[in-house]
Amino acid sequence: MHKIIRQLEEKRERARLGGGQRRIDAQHAKGKLTARERIKMLFDKDSFEEWDMFMEHRCTDFGMAENSIPGDGVVTGFGTINGRQVFVFSQDFTVFGGSLSASHAMKICKIMDQAMKVGAPVIGLNDSGGARIQEGVDSLAAYGEVFQRNVMASGVIPQISMIMGPCAGGAVYSPAMTDFIFMVEDSSYMFVTGPDVVKTVTHEDVSLEELGGATTHTSRSGVADKSFNNDVDALLFLRRFMDFLPANNTEKPPVRETPDAASRVEMSLDTLIPDNPNKPYDMMELIRKVVDEGDFFELQPQYAGNILIGLARMEGSTVGIVANQPMVLAGCLDINASIKAARFVRFCDCFNIPVVTLVDVPGFMPGTAQEYGGIIKHGAKLLYAFAEATVPKVTLITRKAYGGAYDVMSSKHLRGDVNFAWPTAEIAVMGPKGAVEIIFRKDIGDDKKIAARTEEYRNQFANPFVAGSRGFIDDVIMPHNTRARICRSLRMLQNKLVENPWKKHGNIPL
Amino acid sequence: MFKKILIANRGEIACRVIKSAQRMGITTVAVYSEADRLALHVDMADEAVCIGPAPSAQSYLVTKNIMKAIRDTGADAVHPGYGFLSENAAFTRTLARKGITFIGPKPRAITAMGDKIASKKLAEKAGVNTIPGHLEVIKNASQAVKIARKIGYPVMLKASAGGGGEGMRVAYDDDECRDGFARATSEAISSFGDDRIFAEKFIEQPRHIEIQLIGDGHGNVVYLGERECSIQRRHQKVIEEAPSAFLDEATRQAMGAQAVALAKAVKYQSAGTVEFIVDKDRNFYFLEMNTRLQVEHPVTELITGFDLVEMMIRVAAGQKLQITQDDVKINGWAIEARVYAEDPFRNFLPSIGRLVRYQHPTNPAGNGIVRIDTGVYEGGEISMYYDPMIAKLVTWGRDRHHATALMQKALDEFYIRGVSHNIAFLSALVAHPRFEQGKITTNFIAEEYPDGFHPADAIHDDPLILVAVAACMNFAAHGRAMMDGGLEFEEAAQSCHDWVVVLDDTYHPISISSHYSGYDVKVEDRVIPVKTDWQLGEPLFHATIMDMDVCMQVECEDVCYRLTHGGVQADIHVLLPDVADLNKLMLVKQPPDTSNLLLSPMPGLLISLAVSPGQEVKEGEELAVIEAMKMENVMRASRDCVVEAIHVSEGDNLSVDQIIMDFT
Repeated sequence: MHKIIRQLEEKRERARLGGGQRRIDAQHAKGKLTARERIKMLFDKDSFEEWDMFMEHRCTDFGMAENSIPGDGVVTGFGTINGRQVFVFSQDFTVFGGSLSASHAMKICKIMDQAMKVGAPVIGLNDSGGARIQEGVDSLAAYGEVFQRNVMASGVIPQISMIMGPCAGGAVYSPAMTDFIFMVEDSSYMFVTGPDVVKTVTHEDVSLEELGGATTHTSRSGVADKSFNNDVDALLFLRRFMDFLPANNTEKPPVRETPDAASRVEMSLDTLIPDNPNKPYDMMELIRKVVDEGDFFELQPQYAGNILIGLARMEGSTVGIVANQPMVLAGCLDINASIKAARFVRFCDCFNIPVVTLVDVPGFMPGTAQEYGGIIKHGAKLLYAFAEATVPKVTLITRKAYGGAYDVMSSKHLRGDVNFAWPTAEIAVMGPKGAVEIIFRKDIGDDKKIAARTEEYRNQFANPFVAGSRGFIDDVIMPHNTRARICRSLRMLQNKLVENPWKKHGNIPL
Repeated sequence: MFKKILIANRGEIACRVIKSAQRMGITTVAVYSEADRLALHVDMADEAVCIGPAPSAQSYLVTKNIMKAIRDTGADAVHPGYGFLSENAAFTRTLARKGITFIGPKPRAITAMGDKIASKKLAEKAGVNTIPGHLEVIKNASQAVKIARKIGYPVMLKASAGGGGEGMRVAYDDDECRDGFARATSEAISSFGDDRIFAEKFIEQPRHIEIQLIGDGHGNVVYLGERECSIQRRHQKVIEEAPSAFLDEATRQAMGAQAVALAKAVKYQSAGTVEFIVDKDRNFYFLEMNTRLQVEHPVTELITGFDLVEMMIRVAAGQKLQITQDDVKINGWAIEARVYAEDPFRNFLPSIGRLVRYQHPTNPAGNGIVRIDTGVYEGGEISMYYDPMIAKLVTWGRDRHHATALMQKALDEFYIRGVSHNIAFLSALVAHPRFEQGKITTNFIAEEYPDGFHPADAIHDDPLILVAVAACMNFAAHGRAMMDGGLEFEEAAQSCHDWVVVLDDTYHPISISSHYSGYDVKVEDRVIPVKTDWQLGEPLFHATIMDMDVCMQVECEDVCYRLTHGGVQADIHVLLPDVADLNKLMLVKQPPDTSNLLLSPMPGLLISLAVSPGQEVKEGEELAVIEAMKMENVMRASRDCVVEAIHVSEGDNLSVDQIIMDFT
């Protein structure tokens, strides 16, 4: 018995060493942690329970029979983050470059299946060279198994991907299917085809970093939701991020005690809106002054800055914030902003996170670039997302709500539950100047007349009261009371229950 | 007494005047420019009148507009504050013609003191010490020596056309004088093409000390002690105090007597200030007289207990001074710091914009006074059109040490976000050993910060205090986070005592426990008791740490704690011990190399680009012009290079550090 126990210990020791000390040192030299170190950081002390430590690959080709390492390049299991259960797979770059074999994939599938059964989130820490080429089609099939599970789990349990090394080729499609992709700066990259292939096929010269580094994906492609300075920051952040999420789609996110009173008054919001309607202001200030403790967890901060999305808490409960940002492109909706916000709204709806929408939108972005790019279809995504969402929806119009964009931004007509406006709100088909130039086309050229007409239009429509008289706005509120009013609305909506008609699934304009 | 006073000013001084007037039961009228529609003084006053567009030259400086406001509101007196029309004799005459009282001196006194040479002559006549000098051109070296002996060494020889130190020579004896005359002359010729040289007494270790006085229409004048304003940056006062740590009673009385004599000589009847320069041997010389209420008047108010504005109003209304010189007693010590919207780390570049957060310090719980004179509020605007002062922070304590301690604490509490501010600079000044010892001169800032103010110049605390505060914050945050899993707070918070606090790449292992009144943080075998009732989310962490009263501004940033103390910001990680070990494996990332880039030094408008891609430029050549704060700033090449690419176009709004162009 004693011998057997010793054998087990030895076997564990061997597995824990992954690809060996030399490879571990190489990983460290790059400023990267090992798969196990990452897990240790991510979970509460001593809470990780590992599965399939002894699993090995079954490949015999290309001399692989003699080359086997227990664990096969991925560490899987479950543990707790601030006491809440989470499943994890962490690819081990020191073992066959973290490449994905059939066994490697089986391990991932196993914890995903388990997570689905018990309703707990799955975090993937990706650090893999790609398919295990020696295994050929087995490896591809294995990817497929993971993809299918990603899709089945989508909207049932939160799935989070942290890219902490390479993630290339078909491998990108597993993270791509998850709810959020985070990346580590300078040490992670994602692309479908690498720089060498790009060079051969399109003669483009592009570096690894430019093609698929964290900066590229957080600011250009919008593939990644946020990036971090290094492994430690990334994992600390991930712990904090998970606190916002529920375990699954039947639960609500945890409620956090806060000393920040719902009734907190912010007098300075009364001067947030500048006198000049063309002058921007920082919507971030409103968000920070309204949410608990000023703590706003922004997502995609570098991408489509004309719309802000992120998670925060109000009276301790998680809310998703969607807000036009007048500082960037006047806060108008364009293709990127629509896609960014639409996906976020759908995420919130999946996981019972109420959506608070702050509106200051002059309309959709005009131009051939937008039309040729399909703004009709992409803008529709946001409309669709708000319209189908059944979570509590509270909307506040701070200033402009013009044209179709007014409808899109969680308006009353898209089943907004509580729709507020500040006294500075202008809810109209378009801005006074544009409107007058259409209605009084014959007066164009007569500046005096146009000015008078513009003033007339402004007085008539550039206010929240017309919409209020129709019931499209539930109340016009004082800016300084915004937090209290939104908190109260969310409290009222706590037990909101709305169901969409049965369908296999809707046909969102993809 | 007046029924209604119009305050022909804005900002903090308008608010200050309104307060006293309202306390006296007088109705107040504010005037404002279009940019000040939402300003605090407009809100505070009983009535308010718009007097024109934002630029002062079209509003606050336009006599006609102010006269109309007076007519429209029926005000019977005008308080001018300081600046703007406060020393404009023509304005006071216009008022007089319309029968409106000017709350300030008579035009004759303003005119007499407004001219540098005339005022000096008047002062001499009134028996006031003036700087000995020779106003005629010196012909040769031997004459220079003769004159120097008459003035008394040390002597400053300076070029008539000179400025900025060029063509200036200090001589301590005859030899130096002969030599200095030759050098100053040749420098003057080469620099200015003008060889005229003058001589003047050289003031060693000069200090700026001024006497506050007030006179009435009945020939009475009393002085209210002195103020020392030696801490100046480029002739702008930064910190003022009263009394001066340097004066003895005899000097004080002598200065006071001379100031009063001068005031009587011009029949001065209001609050006024006689400025002196004082040398290391306490010889004092007249500089000029300011015929208005000074910015720094609150320090005098705090040590004498008088309300200068009220006194000004009363004497303007013809009342007799209620006090005699014997009633003026100096009590305790007061210090004023001028809090400005400017970035000390960027060569004091003014900052404008919205005060996203503005919380000023409050009165201390124990002894002492914290007074804030301000014209702004949270959500208000620091406008590009006016002086970017945020507030005057004034503290009063029983002695200089006490007042300084209160000032430091108050600076720590001053919570300003949205615009840059000079809190770090002010904190460094009042914490400076030379300030503490009172060894200050008007050269203090130039001597101590010759190349400007840098992060290394800011005060740095005992790191253990920062470590302790971060540890406490983490304890609370960690405990609450662990409650998500269903634990009770106590159980959750106590689940982990050992942490490592990472501050500036130093790892401090700590052990923390909480008790009813705070925490005990054990660092390196020392237990640091932290008494606090801070709660998560509060921006100010008030605590007693190692028996010191500490206030820190705290924020939770993504994964670190951001602590601001003495205006200095520190980002601190608090990690579990094994995570701290892993953190040591992280690579130190070099900040990006910006030497090949032209970055916008300030937010502003790109007016023009002088170069195009591929163009070779020589060092000093103009690259671009940025307009900020109504000033055009020319960006020049710092070396010979070739323009690689330009990333902005003319007319773009630039943010700080935005890349304008790069070079090969």
